[in-house]
Amino acid sequence: MKPVLLTGGHVVDPSQGIDGRADVLVRDGKIVAVGPNIAVSDETEVFAADGFVVAPGFVDVHVHLREPGKEDAETIATGALAAAAGGFTSVCAMPNTDPVTDNQAAVGFILKQAREANAARVYPIGAVTVGQRGERLAEIGKMVAAGAVAVSDDGRPVLSSHLMRTALEYAQTFGVPVADHCEDPALAQGGVMHEGLTSTRLGLRGIPAAAEDIMVARDILLAELTGGHVHLCHMSTRGSVELIRRGKERGVRVTAEATPHHFTLTDEACAGYDTHAKMNPPLREAADVRAILEGLADGTIDAVATDHAPHHYEAKEREFDDAPFGVVGLETALGLGITELVDAGHMSLATLVERMSTRPAQIFHLEAGTLRVGAPADIVVFDAGAEWTVDPTAFRSKSRNTPFVGRKLKGRVVRTMVGGEVIFGT
Amino acid sequence: MTAVLGKDLLGLETLTSEQIGLVLDTAVPFKAVSLRPIKKVPTLRGKTIVNLFYEASTRTRISFEFAEKRLSADTVNVGSKGSSVEKGENLVDTARNLEAMNIDMVVIRHPSSGAAQFLADRIRSNVVNAGDGRHEHPTQGLLDLLTIRDRLGTLEGKRVCIVGDILHSRVARSNVWGLIKMGAEVAVCGPRSLMPRGIEGLGVTVLPRIEEAIEWADVLNILRLQLERMQAGYLPSLGEYARVFGLSEERLARAPRELLILHPGPMNRGVEIDSRVADGPHSVILDQVTNGVAVRMAVLYLLAGGRPELAEAAQAAKRGEAE
Repeated sequence: MKPVLLTGGHVVDPSQGIDGRADVLVRDGKIVAVGPNIAVSDETEVFAADGFVVAPGFVDVHVHLREPGKEDAETIATGALAAAAGGFTSVCAMPNTDPVTDNQAAVGFILKQAREANAARVYPIGAVTVGQRGERLAEIGKMVAAGAVAVSDDGRPVLSSHLMRTALEYAQTFGVPVADHCEDPALAQGGVMHEGLTSTRLGLRGIPAAAEDIMVARDILLAELTGGHVHLCHMSTRGSVELIRRGKERGVRVTAEATPHHFTLTDEACAGYDTHAKMNPPLREAADVRAILEGLADGTIDAVATDHAPHHYEAKEREFDDAPFGVVGLETALGLGITELVDAGHMSLATLVERMSTRPAQIFHLEAGTLRVGAPADIVVFDAGAEWTVDPTAFRSKSRNTPFVGRKLKGRVVRTMVGGEVIFGT
Repeated sequence: MTAVLGKDLLGLETLTSEQIGLVLDTAVPFKAVSLRPIKKVPTLRGKTIVNLFYEASTRTRISFEFAEKRLSADTVNVGSKGSSVEKGENLVDTARNLEAMNIDMVVIRHPSSGAAQFLADRIRSNVVNAGDGRHEHPTQGLLDLLTIRDRLGTLEGKRVCIVGDILHSRVARSNVWGLIKMGAEVAVCGPRSLMPRGIEGLGVTVLPRIEEAIEWADVLNILRLQLERMQAGYLPSLGEYARVFGLSEERLARAPRELLILHPGPMNRGVEIDSRVADGPHSVILDQVTNGVAVRMAVLYLLAGGRPELAEAAQAAKRGEAE
C-alpha cells in the first residue's frame, strides 16, 4: 500500500492538543507524522484536505447491529458501512441480539463478520448476565479474552443490585467497564414516552425521569462501593447529569454517554404519534436537553454515542404503543453534533471531536481516538461547513427509522480511513 | 366544499369552538328523528360504514349503530374477536382491506392512544374516533357538552368538575378540551395517584377533595372507576375510594347550588356514585345516552359532507321560540 499524505487540512486531535493547519502522513496503516509541510517522495499518494477537518475517526461505544437475529433490520456489514459513512472508525456492538452475545463463541462470530465487512472496526460488548436474563453472570473473562471490550445488558438494566455489584467487582479483573441501561422497570410501568404534559395530552403511558435517576444513583453508589468502572448509557435527564457530576467530584469511576437525539429533541417530537420519536430512554423536556448540553460541554458526560437502533420499516408502521423503541443514528451524528453543539455555541469543534472520538476510546480502552505517531491510521476527513438535508433513502444502514427526516444539517464526511485504508468516500 | 369538520373526527383538542358549536346545533334536529314513529332519514343512504371495535363496548357501539341506521347507512361491525385481527393482522392491513371494499367511513375503538389518527393518516375514508386508549373519546365529550347545554342553556362560564380516574380517562381529556373551548371553567378531582402529570397545563384546576368539587361546581361529571386499578397499585380498595371520593347523597346535600350529575357509564353503583344520586333528580345520565345517538348522527352527517344548514335551521327555530 502506498503511503498517503493528507495535506493542508485543519487537524483537530484533542489527544495531543492539535487544532490547526497541518499535514498527516500515513504509512503501513499507521500515523507516521503530523505537522506542517511534510515532504514526501513521488510515490506518496496525496489527498488535498484544504478546507476540510482531519480528525481521529469517531468512536461510538453504543450501537445495535442486529446480527445475529434481525438481519432484515441491519447486519454487521451494513452497520459497519453506515458507521464509516458517518465518520466512525470504531463502533461497539451491544449484545442484545438473538441469540444474545453472552459467550466467547458469539464474540468471535461478531469479530469474524466485522473482518469480512471491511468497514469500520466493530468491537463486541458481551452480556453481563447469561441471556441478559439478570440471573447469573456470563463468562466475562472468556468474552474479554475473545475480544469483548465491555459488558452490558443494554435494552434492560441489571435489575438486581447484588448482581450489579458483583459484576462491577468481577469485571475489574479484566479491566472492562460495566455499561448499564438505567431504568427502574417497575417505575417505568410499560411507559412508551416521557411522562409529562405531552404524554398527558396524547394519552400515552409515561416513563417518569425518576425511573432513570434512581438507577443512575444506584449504579454510582455501587461503583463507589466496589471501585469498579460503571458506564451509564444514553443519559436523558437533568437528574442523571447532576448525579454523575457529583459522583465524579467524589472520584467515583463513573463515565456516561448521551445521544444526538437526546441533545436535540424534546418529548414534543412524539406529537402526532410519530413512532420515529419513540425511543428508550424517551425524549425528555427542554430543561433536560439543556442539562445534557451542559453535561457534554463540561465533560460530566464523557461521550456522544448514537444508540443506533435500526428497525425494519414495518416495525415502526404501527400504533405508538406497539412500535419498538429506537432510532438509527450513525449517519446523522456528525451533522447533529456540528449543528446543535458547535454552531449553537455549546462547545468548540475540538471538544466535539473529543466527545466523539478521543474520550470514548479512552473510557472503553480502545486503540483509537488519536493521531499520535504510531497509532492506527483511523481518520475522518469532514467538511464542517457543508450543508445537507437528511434523506433516509440515502442511508447505508438497512433501516431508515430516523426522527430527522428533512432536517438541514451542517457537517458532512468526505473520507473515512481505517488502518490507512479508505473505507468511505473519495 | 370541504366538510366543516374536515375528513375525520379524532378528538376535540383540534376542533374550534365554532366547529363544536356546529355539531351541537346539528344534533338538535337529529334528536327529533329518534322521537318519530319511523326513526329514519335518508341522509346517508348508499354510504357504507364499518364499526371497527378492538375493545369491548356496548353503549358506544350500539349508539353509533343506531345513529348510522337512523341515517340509512349500511353498516358492518368488526370486532377483534373472531376476525383477522385475532389472527395477528395489523391495523393498517385491516384498514386497507376494508377500504379495498370501497367503504365510506370507519368508526374505530382501540386500546392504543393514537390508533384513530394512525388509521386516519393512512386511509381515504372518514375516520371517527370512538375512543383510543387514554387519549380522546370525542363523541362522548360532545354528548356531555350537549347534555349540559340542554340543561343550563349555555356552557359559557359554567363550572364543570370531572371526578375520578383522570389518568386513564379518554372521556376526561375530551371533556376538558371541549368544555374549555366552549368557555366553561374546568376542574378535575380525584386521588393524586390517578391524576396525570402536568394536567394543570391543559388549563384545568386540580381539586384534591370531592367536598371542594361539590362546593365549587355547577356540574359534576363522575367517571367510572376501573376495578383493575387496585391490582395496579393506584388505590387500596373500592371501599376506601367510595368513602373518600364517592358521590353520596349526604355529600350532595351540602351543595350550595343545584348540581347537574353526569356519568359516562357503565356505573359502579356504590363506588364512584351512590344509587340514590344516580337515580335522583340531579342525574342526567340517561339524557346523555339519548343525546349520544343525536350527536353521533350529527358527526356522521357533517363528516359525510353535510351542510350546516340543519344547524342554522335549529338556531333559527331557537330564536323563533325566544321571540
